[in-house]
Amino acid sequence: MGYDFGTVLIFLIIAALFVGVSLVFGALVRPKRNEPDKATIYECGERPIGTARFNFNPRFYVIALVFIIFDVEIALTYPVAVVFKGWLKEGMGGIAFVEILTFIAILAAALAYIWGKGNLEWMREIKEKDTHK
Amino acid sequence: MDRWDGGDMKELAEWVIRDLFSKNPDTWQYTWAIYLAGMALAAVICLGFVAVFAGPVTWVERRTAGRIMSRIGPNRVGPQGVLQWLADGIKNLLKEDLIPDDADKPLFRLAPYLVFSGMFGTFVVLPFGANLIAADLDIGVLYLMAVTTLVVVGLLTAGWASNSKWALYGGIRSAAQLVSYEVPIAFALLVVVISTGSLSTQAIIKAQGGWPWQWFVAKNPFTFIAFFLLLTSAMAEGNRIPFDLPEAESELVAGYNTEYSGMRFLFFLFEEWANLWIMGAITTLCFLGGWQIPGVSPEKISASSGWTFVGWQLLSFAIFAAKVSWIVFIVIQARWTLPRLRVDQLMSTCWKYLVPMTLVCIAGVLFMDLYIVQGGITDKIIRWIMTLLGAAVIVLFFLRARYNYKMDKDKYPGLRNEKMWYPPYRMP
Repeated sequence: MGYDFGTVLIFLIIAALFVGVSLVFGALVRPKRNEPDKATIYECGERPIGTARFNFNPRFYVIALVFIIFDVEIALTYPVAVVFKGWLKEGMGGIAFVEILTFIAILAAALAYIWGKGNLEWMREIKEKDTHK
Repeated sequence: MDRWDGGDMKELAEWVIRDLFSKNPDTWQYTWAIYLAGMALAAVICLGFVAVFAGPVTWVERRTAGRIMSRIGPNRVGPQGVLQWLADGIKNLLKEDLIPDDADKPLFRLAPYLVFSGMFGTFVVLPFGANLIAADLDIGVLYLMAVTTLVVVGLLTAGWASNSKWALYGGIRSAAQLVSYEVPIAFALLVVVISTGSLSTQAIIKAQGGWPWQWFVAKNPFTFIAFFLLLTSAMAEGNRIPFDLPEAESELVAGYNTEYSGMRFLFFLFEEWANLWIMGAITTLCFLGGWQIPGVSPEKISASSGWTFVGWQLLSFAIFAAKVSWIVFIVIQARWTLPRLRVDQLMSTCWKYLVPMTLVCIAGVLFMDLYIVQGGITDKIIRWIMTLLGAAVIVLFFLRARYNYKMDKDKYPGLRNEKMWYPPYRMP
């Protein structure tokens, strides 16, 4: 166990080292001529208007929330899925089947709920009741 | 000198300690050094493999693109242009490194590290052959999903730190896309986990067999569908056309890597092409039998010794690489065949089609596992039907390609003299 996760650590370190070393090596061989125009943001060749720190569309935020809910559910389903085969051999396949199916049904219900609420729609129509007057 | 009986890298390290240093691995004080050396060796070999795969595959992709678009593609550097990737790499190394003044500099520099580490971390659990794996983690599949998320963090960091509107849009879109498609991938892998009863990648392969009807793709209709769902979602996860919205060049210039240049830019592309192997390897190990050699059981491979053992390893690697290359080629071909989706279509494809379908697949596989005895007559009939169906899909693929070629040839006079097949060493 220790060896396995040690390998993971070493892999991540070697990957970072590879990036770092090639960037340092590149710094030795590549030219460096500073010009103010080069250091501007690319905005189709024009001078950039403002920065990219502006209010952003909240649709992405909703997608991220939906994802987190599903991801947690997935993390909880995996252990049950792993033991399913063992339970099947012990003759308790029916119980495991019903358990996982309940889980899947809850997930499907969540999906149907989000779908019904319209959170999966990219373009949302603003309903009369949503607007505050 | 007792022989190394084909375990994992840890056993290899222990064998080195016992036989080359004549020490007991449990008590020797330098055991950790040998372990570290073993891990570093595995990492360096994988790194070399990634570089040697990701480089030439860019050339393959560009030549394929040329062929599909009736043009030539890079053919100048080296015979048939095979060294094009080296030329590109050297050029990128020599290019000036630009960091915009308005960028968030520490984060801007950090992003390539995150992206590359996230990509390279998956190689810990990706097997290359019967015993060729860096570390066979118990939680392999879960680890795969966890470590690839690092790429999302990297892309988001790159997009935000650039302080450019194009990059910001690209980064946010890519985050939304990658997290969304992780859900169908996780569900499709769940189908495999249910069929195997383990999360370890080697255990998943060993639960299948060498022949096509022993693969998970042919196990039952639901795994057959899950295979295509996994392939589709993996293409989205790898930012490949038709799902390459984060870097849609016609709308976002280059997406999250707009402000990057030189080596830093290269690492994003490196990640993208290395991802092709990862995506192919995951689909292969989960559904296409991995490295299993037809007619040779894994026990027989571990029981062999000496050069026979090495031979089996190389053969299993060749089989695995052939299957992965085939998937990679399909993905490359899809890139030059299909148009790009729109961003709202992308999201609805994931949440409204792929996720419900994978949920149905899970329920179906559970049901089939419960009522169909493995190795029974019903199981055999289903496997044979699914194998024939798979073969039919492949035949249809070739017929379709031939039909398109013939149709185009009749329509466009410029194609009259184009042959359908050139030997790879004598392409135009």
